[in-house]
Amino acid sequence: MPNHSEVSLGSASPGNNFNLSIAELKEMAKKLRRHVITMTATAGSGHPGGSLSAADIITAFYFKVLRHDPENPRWPDRDRFILSKGHAAPILYAALAEAGYFPVAELATLRKLDSRLQGHTDRKLTPGVEMSAGSLGMGLSFAIGVALAARLDFKTYRTYVLLSDGECEEGQTWEAALSAAHFKLDNLTTIVDCNGMQLSGWTRDIMNLEPFTRKWQAFGWHTLDIDGHDFKQILSACQRAEKIKGQPTAIIARTIKGKGISFMENNVAFHGKAPTWEEAERALKELE
Amino acid sequence: MSMAEASTRETYGKTLVELGRENPNIVVLDADVSPSTMTSFFAREFPDRFFNCGLTEQNMVGVAAGLAASGKTVFVSTFVVFVVCRCFDQLRLCLSQPELNVKIVATHGGITVGEDGSSHHAIEDLALTCALPSFTVVVPADAIEAAGAVKAAASNYGPFYIRLSRPKTPIVYPEGYHFTLGKAVTMRQGKDATVIAVGIMVAGALEAADILARQNIDCRVINMPTLKPLDEAAIVKAASETGAIVVAEEHLAQGGLGSRVAQVVTRKKPVPMEFVNLGDRYAVSGKAEELLQRYGLTARDIVESVRSVVKRK
Repeated sequence: MPNHSEVSLGSASPGNNFNLSIAELKEMAKKLRRHVITMTATAGSGHPGGSLSAADIITAFYFKVLRHDPENPRWPDRDRFILSKGHAAPILYAALAEAGYFPVAELATLRKLDSRLQGHTDRKLTPGVEMSAGSLGMGLSFAIGVALAARLDFKTYRTYVLLSDGECEEGQTWEAALSAAHFKLDNLTTIVDCNGMQLSGWTRDIMNLEPFTRKWQAFGWHTLDIDGHDFKQILSACQRAEKIKGQPTAIIARTIKGKGISFMENNVAFHGKAPTWEEAERALKELE
Repeated sequence: MSMAEASTRETYGKTLVELGRENPNIVVLDADVSPSTMTSFFAREFPDRFFNCGLTEQNMVGVAAGLAASGKTVFVSTFVVFVVCRCFDQLRLCLSQPELNVKIVATHGGITVGEDGSSHHAIEDLALTCALPSFTVVVPADAIEAAGAVKAAASNYGPFYIRLSRPKTPIVYPEGYHFTLGKAVTMRQGKDATVIAVGIMVAGALEAADILARQNIDCRVINMPTLKPLDEAAIVKAASETGAIVVAEEHLAQGGLGSRVAQVVTRKKPVPMEFVNLGDRYAVSGKAEELLQRYGLTARDIVESVRSVVKRK
């Protein structure tokens, strides 16, 4: 794993009032993981595994990296964070609620009739959600449109899109990878939450993606390999990506599915299954 | 056919340039076929607002969604089969569900694509796009109506699908005709039966009405350029006043204009109906005129359907 620790972490981007320290980010990530457990257990369904693998990445973005304003979710100059792996909606909702886009109490309505928190993200319903998702492989294309619009309008916002490694099996992801490099979108950064697993097992057994980083390089992207659970590496990778000119950057974040809960880690059973209340209690104890 | 002809796609290309001059927010995407869809005119005048996405149609629909979510009015063009049939899931989740301001204006609709064969014959598109909840679906009858439809798409928010043809098509409107979105147009009055037609079948219906007049059948002809939302009032009026309806379209039997009109007739004013369409099959390579004859989409076929529906009154 390359060492990015020489890059200073600096202050939060202008427009992000959260600016948490690394220690605070770790606490926030733990809090968001607790929300994921409680939300999915309450809903009785959902995708905890891929939400937990993305927890540190999403915490870093909403509480440090992004310029955003929860009071004004459609602020035209906001940085865009697009969740392409729409099944990780619970972790995004948890971050949005803690950031102030809507009341934390609303998290308990996940997947319930008339809730603003749909099973997969819905651009029309949820404040702070940039795009509807849930059919995999579509988010990077959307992000390209958003990044092209920034260029057309001379805006300086940055566009970030979070993919799963599994969704890189979708052909559209590679159509989009070609396009972003072709259009030289250096205002676009892709983060791939590489937890190595998908619904029915390990990606290497189901549809091998390796050599993964080299694929992105071959498609014309600058790449950064990081540990997706190390805040220093996440933050410094974002800073580096901002400095790369003439091509988009892909941050290949190696993560662990179910990260943070011993019996969920690398356990494919929790891809699309909520914990029982008994499991949830055990999980919450581990997250104290 | 003795009517003057013009190309709907050439009209589209020219209209896009006009719109581009009026509205700097208009952006156009194409997938390597701009010389055929005629978005090349726009590309030449506004290179910064034109993106050739290459052969990444699914990606192109997503890119369009991202631009639209950032405030742009986005026109997306390629051949019908490659954007409607290939990209249905993208149309659904990237445009229809989030109700984004993207206009799919696709050329090479129907079997009049001709020699390229069944891979290129777009005959399922109206069923697919009419199935999408927030979409407006328009099939212009001629080049004059195409210009009006494209302008209406630019000035009305939300996802649109407009189907254009490859060959030049007969002009059925006088110069100065004003297209009204969502409104049927009575092309010819009549009291014995009504042909509701769309696209190139409008010219065929008018020719059929002339033939029927010589056989003492007074046939009304309605053009239904907007399939969704449908002008239900015009359908009910035609059913009430003429007592029989024939629907003619260059499309499969299922899910197109015929199905949509039948739903209204069944519910609001049941009368005998007949359908002129491709049935449930793919066509083969051939000249457009040859294919229209082979697959039963000529004025003669409309005449036969009208005669048969009138007998059932």
